[in-house]
Amino acid sequence: MAKHKTPLLDQLESGPWPSFVSDIKQEAAARAKNEKGVQYQVAVDCPDDLLGVLEMSFTDGETHWKHGGIVGVFGYGGGVIGRYCDQPQMFPGVAHFHTVRVAQPNGKWYSTEFLRSLMDIWDLRGSGLTNLHGATGDIVLLGTSTPQLEEIFWELTHNLNVDLGGSGSNLRTPASCMGMSRCQYACYDAQELCYNLTQEYQDELHRPAFPYKFKFKFDGCPNGCVAAIARSDLGFLGTFKDPIKINQEAVAAYVGGEIAPNAGAHAGRDWGKFDIQKEVVDLCPSKCISYEGGKLIMDHKECVRCMHCINTMPQALRIGDDRGVSIFCGAKAPILDGPQMGSLLVPFVEVNKDDDYQAIKDIVEAVWDWWMEEGKNRERIGETMKRLGFAALAEAAGVPIDARQVQEPRHNPYIFWKAEDVEGGWERDLAEFRKRHQR
Amino acid sequence: MAVVEFQGATFEVDEDGFLQKFEDWTPAWVDFVKESEGIKEITEDHQKVIDFLQDYYKKNGIAPMVRILSKVTGFKLKQIYELFPSGPGKGACKMAGLPKPTGCV
Ligand code: HEM
Ligand code: HEM
Ligand code: SF4
Ligand code: SF4
Repeated sequence: MAKHKTPLLDQLESGPWPSFVSDIKQEAAARAKNEKGVQYQVAVDCPDDLLGVLEMSFTDGETHWKHGGIVGVFGYGGGVIGRYCDQPQMFPGVAHFHTVRVAQPNGKWYSTEFLRSLMDIWDLRGSGLTNLHGATGDIVLLGTSTPQLEEIFWELTHNLNVDLGGSGSNLRTPASCMGMSRCQYACYDAQELCYNLTQEYQDELHRPAFPYKFKFKFDGCPNGCVAAIARSDLGFLGTFKDPIKINQEAVAAYVGGEIAPNAGAHAGRDWGKFDIQKEVVDLCPSKCISYEGGKLIMDHKECVRCMHCINTMPQALRIGDDRGVSIFCGAKAPILDGPQMGSLLVPFVEVNKDDDYQAIKDIVEAVWDWWMEEGKNRERIGETMKRLGFAALAEAAGVPIDARQVQEPRHNPYIFWKAEDVEGGWERDLAEFRKRHQR
Repeated sequence: MAVVEFQGATFEVDEDGFLQKFEDWTPAWVDFVKESEGIKEITEDHQKVIDFLQDYYKKNGIAPMVRILSKVTGFKLKQIYELFPSGPGKGACKMAGLPKPTGCV
């Protein structure tokens, strides 16, 4: 028997999509039954009270969580998002409803053994509800009380060998696409680089030392499956410098209709016979492909590695062998001064596991040194870049200025010069000037 | 809001154990909070951090950025965590009586 009446939420149990309401009810029922005899450490009816407070919010159109919340575990300055209900008498099961961010493996590959062990901890010490996963990447354990935080942390670290994720003005949990684990487009091992940098910068992740939050994301190629360019202060996008590899026989097979374009991604509708001219050659943004006499020809110097032709004919076209990564800086959501996507800072840098990715770490650390010194309180690096200028960022990062860093040159002439670059500097004597020009 | 009594003084606090009013702060507050923040003994170094946070808050109406706290006190972040295990926000600011940190924590 449900604890609260939830007529509005009940409507969300119909329809074909998996219903979060049905799932929460199922967990509420399982806790009430308690077949395993778990000694629940937070209220058994926590999920019932969550539905109750949510129904109330549906009725009055207002949230019922109090402002903020500062809880955590000793040693760390983040990782837990504290939260308290603003109707604790009515919904005691969610009087405390803190969220624990748990570091996820890259590409989010799991064994059932790990997930079962994690859920054993969470059934005992939490609400039994989760978010798989938070937008930044973390495993999100949704709803527990303050006294359980150190208990959960102890079990995670001692029994599961897993750490908390990040929160606050620090390096947040990095995430990658699944990269080389099962994608032929991956230009570097995105999971490995992500894992390496996550371990390297554990201190920066667990103890807020930055002016504001900072995120890393790693895409294996420009398709951007983890959306690094829109969702990370430093985004890493795989690319390559040498020509796209063309298998002319496979091209012919596409043209002959033996292989479906885009690996059959548009099979749900009849788009007619594959037309290589229309669907590949004419859509190349650089207009650097031609198809003549049954042969696909590419002027790779003009190719911008947009991925379109490769995406369309994956069995015929492959990424090159001279691979690396481009680094983009400054993506952020609108607050405060408008949304930003990453701006190209480093066009190409090697991804070298043998020297522990030193070239990449040098750039990361130089960028941090600059921003930690110059960044204002709660100023994302994208905003610092706007305020102090892209050139200042590039100089601090030790990255040479390059035509590829701009989409177009400036059209206003408000150009600053350094005094040392101007003959005679800025010290001028007006009397000297007046000798030549009368008032 | 909960009210706690300690050594004859009363303090109004929120769920996270932060003082509701900076003016209510007394040295007894530090004694009261220290255990829940994992601190056995208040040393001169602890006091130096607390004093600076209070001065800065009185002058500027906000808590200092971590970088400024480190620069002025001379304590690296690592040392601040050695002094205050839950960090400069939840640990030191709470003991100094500053308002609860806000934002996307
Ligand atoms: C040989 C004579 C002059 C030269 C070479 C010259 C050159 C320039 C240049 C390069 C600019 C910047 C243009 C821009 O912002 O795109 C400018 C702006 C301006 N000039 Fe001249 N100028 C001359 C004479 C004058 C005179 C005689 C006046 C006024 C009586 C004048 C008034 C202005 C004003 C108001 C602007 C600002 C326009 C704005 O910022 O939108 N200029 N001038
Ligand atoms: C009530 C009178 C005036 C108003 C409200 C006014 C307003 C403005 C505004 C809003 C701008 C743009 C500022 C910006 O780019 O952020 C501007 C620029 C400018 N005004 Fe005026 N203005 C007035 C009178 C004058 C007069 C009398 C002169 C010259 C004799 C003048 C010369 C200029 C010049 C040269 C600029 C361009 C400055 C620059 O872009 O660097 N203005 N004015
Ligand atoms: S970003 Fe590129 S490499 Fe990574 S999964 Fe997507 S298509 Fe594959
Ligand atoms: S990757 Fe893009 S730019 Fe390069 S040849 Fe293919 S379609 Fe043209």
